[in-house]
Amino acid sequence: MPSFVIVEKCDGCKALDKTACQYICPNDLMVLEPEQKKAYNQEPDQCWECYNCVKICPQQAIEVRHYADIMPLGSSTFPLRGTDSIMWTIKFRDQKTMKRFKFPIRTTPEGSIDCFKGKTMPTADDLKKPGLYTGPARTE
Amino acid sequence: MALEREFCKWSFCAKPPVETIETDLLLVGGGMACTGAAVEAMAYAKGLGLKVTLVDKAALDRSGAVAMGLSAINTYVGPENKVADYVGMVRTDLMGIIREDLVYSLGCHVDQTVHDFQDWGLPIWQKDAENHTVDGQVARDEGLPLLKDGGKCVRSGRWQCMINGESYKVIVAEAAKNALGMENIYERVFIVKLLTDKNNSNRVCGAVGFSVREHKSYVFKCKAMIVACGGVVNVFRPRSVGEGQGRAWYPVWNAGSTYAMPAEIGAKMVLMENRFVPARFKDGYGPVGAWFLFFKAQATNAYGEDYMAKNWEQVKKEYPGYADAPGTCLRNHAAMMEMRAGRGPIMMHTDKAMQELAKVLSKKELKHLEAEAWEDFLDMSISAASLWASFNMEPDKVPSEIIPSEPYLLGSHAGCAGLWVSGPSKGYMGAPDSWFWGYDRMTTVEGLFTAGDGVGASGHKFSSGSHVEGRMAAKGAIAFILDHKDDKLEAAQNIDEVIAEIYLPFEIYEKYKDYTTAPEINPNYLLPKQVQTRLQKLMDEYVAGVTPMYQTNKIMLEEGLKRLTLLKEDATRLAARDLHELMRAWEQYHRILAGEAHLRHIHFREESRYPGYYYRADFLSIDDSKWKVFTISQYNKDTNDWKFETEPYKQLC
Repeated sequence: MPSFVIVEKCDGCKALDKTACQYICPNDLMVLEPEQKKAYNQEPDQCWECYNCVKICPQQAIEVRHYADIMPLGSSTFPLRGTDSIMWTIKFRDQKTMKRFKFPIRTTPEGSIDCFKGKTMPTADDLKKPGLYTGPARTE
Repeated sequence: MALEREFCKWSFCAKPPVETIETDLLLVGGGMACTGAAVEAMAYAKGLGLKVTLVDKAALDRSGAVAMGLSAINTYVGPENKVADYVGMVRTDLMGIIREDLVYSLGCHVDQTVHDFQDWGLPIWQKDAENHTVDGQVARDEGLPLLKDGGKCVRSGRWQCMINGESYKVIVAEAAKNALGMENIYERVFIVKLLTDKNNSNRVCGAVGFSVREHKSYVFKCKAMIVACGGVVNVFRPRSVGEGQGRAWYPVWNAGSTYAMPAEIGAKMVLMENRFVPARFKDGYGPVGAWFLFFKAQATNAYGEDYMAKNWEQVKKEYPGYADAPGTCLRNHAAMMEMRAGRGPIMMHTDKAMQELAKVLSKKELKHLEAEAWEDFLDMSISAASLWASFNMEPDKVPSEIIPSEPYLLGSHAGCAGLWVSGPSKGYMGAPDSWFWGYDRMTTVEGLFTAGDGVGASGHKFSSGSHVEGRMAAKGAIAFILDHKDDKLEAAQNIDEVIAEIYLPFEIYEKYKDYTTAPEINPNYLLPKQVQTRLQKLMDEYVAGVTPMYQTNKIMLEEGLKRLTLLKEDATRLAARDLHELMRAWEQYHRILAGEAHLRHIHFREESRYPGYYYRADFLSIDDSKWKVFTISQYNKDTNDWKFETEPYKQLC
């Protein structure tokens, strides 16, 4: 559609402080229809199919019907993203061939990154010298 | 006859409230470069009592070119390589004209940023004690040493290492968020204009933009600024004709703001004739690097002939001295020779590669390899995996088509368009004095810095290099701020007038919309999509797009410029119906300026420096006697003139 929203599943994220797909879409495509309170993709031909709306949707209400000018109907590619891994299910157009893959996505707990912890903080004297606050520049 | 100019007098559109934010360092953009700048700047800012603010037109977790994820880090020098060899690779790939001070200094820093990614939680594939490949999580579970402690990454090519990168951007964004604090991050605010100082027109002092979520404009006042919001996508007619236009190789939201906004305040640009034409899996744009380098797949013409082996002697004759190692554009050139001769399609023999590997691998290893092949797509261009599924294609059974795409303008991948910036220090590696003016990665406008796609005449930085270049630029910018503590800055521009100009597309729409029965067709204005299609068509047809097989000449360029000039005038009649469309309107405006720079640079350089990216059909060879130079342009917004100069290339290592 690009991404499309299944009417029965979308609840407009009414229990959350923001509409998840609208919040995350890098290209500002997902919007909440004000009367029905359902999300939709407002500019399908500018969709990168990045799947960020699919991955973030708490209701699993969003899927992707791939670019109509390119791809035959019938296949599906669907992710389930957890906190440390992602599971992909790929169904071919023939409805027989299925692929399932699980990949790690991060090795630390979400929210735990403290990039200054345990580091010696640099001073103004370091600004015009090579190197970063986490380590020196290579010399050869 | 020029169009009568329209002004926004707030007669038809309500004036938005204005929020003004004072800061020391402003980061415009939220991709790899600015998230890198955020952490490095904050390391200094905390102790110095400086304020750093970041503005992103999207949400930081998933903005920029890495929004979907990546399957590899393409720049990691590693202990086994020399930085000088990295510079040599970049020089060869970008046809001999790069700023080696910029590339070398980046190469000295980039590994540190990769080590930080691993610390933060990015899973990087590693080799275990038996030299088997394990994914980034298994590497941690098995307690393998981190890369910084001598652990070995899994090389797909000499400079690349494989990652499980679905959450690459989320991780990098989290580091930036926790460093900056959410109170210093403005998401969904699109910056469209930069401000200069009243007493020094060559000094940046702020930026103006608007919220794409509410009727509100933003003015940021700053001492220094890093502008890094990616390259330019969709300036050329894409190969796709419908929905597939969204499946650009580079992110479809990269609108050239990095070049257009600095250009409008007089920042010099360099090598804007350069472009990148990626040869990728057709329509889905899956990456080919791992298939070529990691799985050792071969690409052929329709008849099974290896076009590289077949054509390389000819390429060497055509471009002597440049074809000793096959650079990206010349590899395209060799494939295009087959396509022009009617011997397409170009096929990537994934099937044969996998079958070869099956001979030497165990069943378990082969299963793992299949997962790796799919992950390569699922981590960074999911549609390419879906394309296989929709056509019932299994890559270990059938080959896939690859094709050179529409052109993209960028400075971080296998391209080197961008801004002309200062090197890291005076006489760095023997660099000429004219390559340094005080602060690392500062543009020719005082206080205005850039990184990633913004820095021209370098390239091959990719995600890690862009992140580290943001960090380097941040140090330059903080140094600049400390040296200019007492400067009293005041915008030369009338802020109210700037805001009125930004909202003009609303005023125009509301003023004229009732004249016709269908709002899409109106003689008084153009909608953003209409401007975009006109730009794409003229760039394609006259500036060496896909349709003329990447060829142009002086006469064609001049005809293209006539059309582009009229389009630029018409862009003053852009109309917008809502905030989303107002964003699109300004994106098109930025695309037009970036496209104009590209056209004028190709017109200026009378040779074909990048065969396989584009051809000046009237000057088909590479002419080192005249053109082994940086081409530098400067736009004057007030007079609408462009000035060109050249600067000699100098090899430093």
